[in-house]
Amino acid sequence: MAQASGIDPLVDMEDDRPKWDNKLQYLLSCIGFAVGLGNIWRFPYLCQTYGGGAFLIPYFIALVFEGIPLFYIELAIGQRLRRGSIGVWRTISPYLGGVGLGCFSVSFLVSLYYNTVLLWVLWYFLNSFQYPLPWSTCPLDLNRTGFVRECQSSGTVSYYWYRQTLNISSDIGNTGTIQWKLFLCLVACWATVYLCVIRGIESTGKAIYFTALFPYVVLTIFLVRGLTLPGATEGLTYLFTPNMKILQNPRVWLDAATQIFFSLSLAFGGHIAFASYNPPRNNCEKDAVTIALVNSMTSLYASITIFSIMGFKATNDYGRCLDRNILSLINEFDFPELSISRDEYPEVLMYLNATQADRLAQLPLKTCHLEDFLDKSASGPGLAFIVFTEAVLHMPGASVWSVLFFGMLFTLGLSSMFGNMESVITPLFDLGILPRSVPKEAMTGMVCLVCFISAICFTLQSGSYWLEIFDSFAASLNLIIFAFMEVVGVIYVYGMKRNISPQERRSSTRAGCRSPVYSCPSCPHCGSHQLLWLICCTSTDGDRRIHIWKVV
Amino acid sequence: MLWPLFFLVTTIHAELCHPDAENAFKVRLSIRTALGDKAYVWDTDEEYLFRAMVAFSMRKVPNRETTEISHVLLCNVTQRVSFWFVVTDPSKNHTLPAAEVQSAIRMNRNRINSAFFLDDNTLEFLKIPATLAPPTDASVPVWIIVFGVIFCIVVVAITLLVLSGIRQRRRNNKGPLGVEDAEDKCENIITIENGIPCDPLDTKGGHINDGFLTEDERLTPL
Repeated sequence: MAQASGIDPLVDMEDDRPKWDNKLQYLLSCIGFAVGLGNIWRFPYLCQTYGGGAFLIPYFIALVFEGIPLFYIELAIGQRLRRGSIGVWRTISPYLGGVGLGCFSVSFLVSLYYNTVLLWVLWYFLNSFQYPLPWSTCPLDLNRTGFVRECQSSGTVSYYWYRQTLNISSDIGNTGTIQWKLFLCLVACWATVYLCVIRGIESTGKAIYFTALFPYVVLTIFLVRGLTLPGATEGLTYLFTPNMKILQNPRVWLDAATQIFFSLSLAFGGHIAFASYNPPRNNCEKDAVTIALVNSMTSLYASITIFSIMGFKATNDYGRCLDRNILSLINEFDFPELSISRDEYPEVLMYLNATQADRLAQLPLKTCHLEDFLDKSASGPGLAFIVFTEAVLHMPGASVWSVLFFGMLFTLGLSSMFGNMESVITPLFDLGILPRSVPKEAMTGMVCLVCFISAICFTLQSGSYWLEIFDSFAASLNLIIFAFMEVVGVIYVYGMKRNISPQERRSSTRAGCRSPVYSCPSCPHCGSHQLLWLICCTSTDGDRRIHIWKVV
Repeated sequence: MLWPLFFLVTTIHAELCHPDAENAFKVRLSIRTALGDKAYVWDTDEEYLFRAMVAFSMRKVPNRETTEISHVLLCNVTQRVSFWFVVTDPSKNHTLPAAEVQSAIRMNRNRINSAFFLDDNTLEFLKIPATLAPPTDASVPVWIIVFGVIFCIVVVAITLLVLSGIRQRRRNNKGPLGVEDAEDKCENIITIENGIPCDPLDTKGGHINDGFLTEDERLTPL
């Protein structure tokens, strides 16, 4: 008689597979992977462009009908089959192994250029430890009679970003030389990533406590600081006021679906990898809902902070615009100093227009409207490296805020990098590419070394153009196709009725077992509709490609 | 008798110093912006000090050591506080060239600014560009220092982790040597039930895909 085993055979399967120390590490790792730079600099921009509070409606609908079910599928198959992305899809069907290989390749490419964004963040972080901040003034020209011409025409912050950081060349054909400052930062970034993933989830599990929680601390500090700045309420009211008519534009719904999809980092294989280290009895349905909701709440929280600081910046810029005009008037007409306040300015202007219009016409007066400054939105690196750095210059204690902000961005990006690296490393381990005698540290070291050498091209002068190419073409359409194949694979190949959620296996209500696809009967339709729409839109409107690292 | 002389002097003054005169410079002060509550009122005494500072600056120019305060003429003082000034030669017939005055002011800009508690932005000499202060370059840029600190910490941590991993591996290799012998003995025993070896399900044709087995199928029911 065969030995009747009272032990759950799922536990027997791979005893030596690494495990999470506790549930919190797993949750924080998934949250850290999902919450990335896109929550800070993509979601507020979308909210602002698509009618403020009204954008939340398509966003939450997309979350419920597309985000959570897809996420649940990934966690469930990872936890049930206990393998990385390549192994999971090979297990479901040998013909679907390509999906896993595709996820693996996309993760590799994304981690290359995602870390490049981190190296820019690190560069700004390192340069924030001085006062005054280096992007507050232009450098002097050779005669020391004035500032560098390029800087005067573009503005100090843009000059610092494009010239002193990137030293950008004129176009992508003109590669230029490797920027040694960025190269050093690249070394530091990959060394930090290696330090954190050196032993797989043993080491990331420890690092994630800091990298996942620190951004929330900083966001709270910034929220408190932002709400106490003058002009914050104007920013919040203007940017959150809902404009319901915008919902008639189909582009809004597509962008909401896209934002949810990329924000949750679906179809990378990272969540599959994380879930594969879970105990088989884990309640992955609750995890999926929790993590997806935390991700969305973080986006909202971050947008309140960002909007209050943007409101402050807009009010500041508006005040300075008025002050410049007032100074021109005072200097031209020799009024006493400080004789015209900002409120009196319109009346004085009217009076002068009536009495001395010809002298007034020669002055370089600009029209200042608060709404114009509030409308200046930015997303992606423009928000962080140009708009926010300028806002920080006007806050008292600029260096501290700059250090905190870029430190937060760095830890946000680092926790997303852990997910990317895990989705590269876990399949390599499961495939057994290298013999077992090779220690894990050597394997992760080799992966990081290969990634580092490949990423050197982004430190060239034309590096940011290459990054745009990678970002536009490496991941966006591919991930949606992979997600579609995932849904098709799980529903039709693996079987809708097969029990994926292990906790219901022994329950008495067998008939009531729910596979994740029951919770979203429209899931494959969502996926296919989005896929078709995206192909149609990207082919006709070339400018509106989705940039992954701005969204993830 | 004195009145005609007075009128003559005033007329000459007006001819030499008026807005946009030859070799004249416009000066603009922003005292309240610079000093706030501690701002002083601009009166004739302050004008006297200004003329003294300009005369002092001119005295530093070679060949102009005999410049007196009376050679500096001020006119068109407005409420803004802005005015025009010229520097005349000792005969008071014509004004000194603008280039000389400009270089003299530029050399002593600091002294003039500090006499009035102002700086280059609040005491403006229109058409005389200020020499900007050289940037305070630290000998080692700050970012390299911070980078060095972070990088050293990361490298030390990596080295420690790698070494501890190597040490643990060596300990594991030495430890379970006793356990491995016992396992070898176990594998040699093949269970035989009813004359049939109990490993019929091993990989002899076909391959079991664990992913598709449910729990019930794995164990044959009793």
